[in-house]
Amino acid sequence: MTETQYQSAHTETRQPIMQARNLVKTFGRVVGLDGVSLDLYPGEVLAIIGDNGAGKSTLIKCLTGAEIPDSGELRVSGQLVNFKRPQDARAHGIETVYQNLAVSPALDVASNLFLGREERLPGPLGKYFRVLDTKGMRRKAKQELTTLGISTLQDVTVPVENLSGGQRQAVAVARAAAFGSKVVVLDEPTAALGVRESNQVLQLVRDLRDRGLPVILISHNMPHVFDVADRIHIQRLGKCAATITPQSHSMTDAVAIMTGAATA
Amino acid sequence: MTQQQTAGPPTTGQADLAEEFLDRQTPLNRVRNVLHRYPAVSPALVLLIAVIVFGLLNDRFLRVENLSLITQQVSVVGTLAIAQTLIILTAGIDLSVGAIMILSSMVTAQLAVNNGLPAAMALLVGLLVGLATGALNGLLVTRLKLPPFIVTLGTLNIFIALTLLYSNGATVRGTSMPGLLTWTGTTFPVGPVRISVGVVVMILLYVLIAFILGKTAWGRHVYAVGDDKEAARLAGIAVNKVLMSVYLAAGAVLAVGAWIQIGRTNAASPNGGVDLNLDSITAVVIGGTSLFGGRGSVWGTLLGALIVGVFRNGLSLAGLDVLYQTLAVGVLIILAVSIDQWIRKAKS
Repeated sequence: MTETQYQSAHTETRQPIMQARNLVKTFGRVVGLDGVSLDLYPGEVLAIIGDNGAGKSTLIKCLTGAEIPDSGELRVSGQLVNFKRPQDARAHGIETVYQNLAVSPALDVASNLFLGREERLPGPLGKYFRVLDTKGMRRKAKQELTTLGISTLQDVTVPVENLSGGQRQAVAVARAAAFGSKVVVLDEPTAALGVRESNQVLQLVRDLRDRGLPVILISHNMPHVFDVADRIHIQRLGKCAATITPQSHSMTDAVAIMTGAATA
Repeated sequence: MTQQQTAGPPTTGQADLAEEFLDRQTPLNRVRNVLHRYPAVSPALVLLIAVIVFGLLNDRFLRVENLSLITQQVSVVGTLAIAQTLIILTAGIDLSVGAIMILSSMVTAQLAVNNGLPAAMALLVGLLVGLATGALNGLLVTRLKLPPFIVTLGTLNIFIALTLLYSNGATVRGTSMPGLLTWTGTTFPVGPVRISVGVVVMILLYVLIAFILGKTAWGRHVYAVGDDKEAARLAGIAVNKVLMSVYLAAGAVLAVGAWIQIGRTNAASPNGGVDLNLDSITAVVIGGTSLFGGRGSVWGTLLGALIVGVFRNGLSLAGLDVLYQTLAVGVLIILAVSIDQWIRKAKS
């Protein structure tokens, strides 16, 4: 993304798709989030980085309904929301790809894409006998994968366990992209992948952004973050230490902010 | 790489020699991949071979009367094994299937004979007993988060005790029961074969459960929950609801099994039925359903139940002591699980 595009993403006339204000989350005496705010604008990749225990995961969980914040507010498209469960976030068009990959190994690719929101056959067979539209779902799954340019994954009837790590990740990302109408959240999508597979996933992230879907990306991997992110939210000790861009700061700066050696 | 029928060149970038090496198609690998995709193939082969071998050993084996007898002998365990399959698919195990069936059959028989309840009503109460016991197992598994093995080990003893308390240990004879209760034991001719109503009921249950498991979202969720519970939850599946409904469905199937048992033995007896637990698990395992959950099918289970039935019948026709039947079943279980493990290594 060029500087001008970044500027436009930042002009306050554009309404953020997602807006968090002063989120607080504690676990007993442990403070997970200490008043964190975050804006996500249309068509951007927002990376969230931070050391272990900085509150990255907690922040994401609060944004996606996996945890309920103690206080603070969350808006989606300007509308105040109150997520109690992951399904609530999903109903608002926020799809999450979890680090441990929410895919079912023994089920095939198409079944995984539609897991939890299977489609039934039209007509009485679907209505009264609840028969699944297996063919239709396979066709749509294929379409979705083609749209995303996942060329290595053409047979949607293969069990996911037969796929490589990158392909599994692609299935999980494709599911999020297929159903995430507003935001796609990726938690450490390249953590378990090799170089080639990581690049495929990063390309997927760019493709999603180019389709207009904003992406929140949590990662430990600085080169990956600086490769795809438009803005970088740095968590430190439960707070947002800074929000920078790959243009304004170097990787060394980011690490320094992350570890508290410097401020933005 | 997508599922490969041919060892094509790697699809991206540089040639990946290691990947090619791993994917190379030796004949053994190809067999394994087929078995991995169609888990019912191996039990079907075993059944076929067993039938041929026993047919050669003793010409009485392949007579229609004998084959019809095998189906009747299999009908009770075959039905129990449906319930067992449902639960094992969710990565659980149910040690109480036999006890639930016996409890349900005793309640049905006693209500009809001693309390003069109409037969249909007695069967309905038997169904309620199945549902209630299934619900108890399900609640303990989902609410108290206890392992299914422990839960059903406990309820197994509870249900056996309840059965004995309720029946005072007395057997209700089929001759004193209304005709509807023992109807499942009656046979009718189909060509040269005599088929019992119980066998037909069992087959209908298999068709019904296979349809639900294969064609509905609920079925897919059962597999997903057994495969990876956390992944299923994150995909938006209400895991506890699915588990609860599986235990309820199993309870209902077991109540039908109780009805078949009354007809088959022409009695309702509070004793016995405990070894049916292990037989049902044996049928499921031999049928290729994984004890780790998430893979398998009820058709495999039917084949598994038939294999056990064929072995027991064939070995006794061959004049071998009953102990050898037990020995053979033991060997079968070990073989089936080893093959399952080997198949699971395919391409993963």
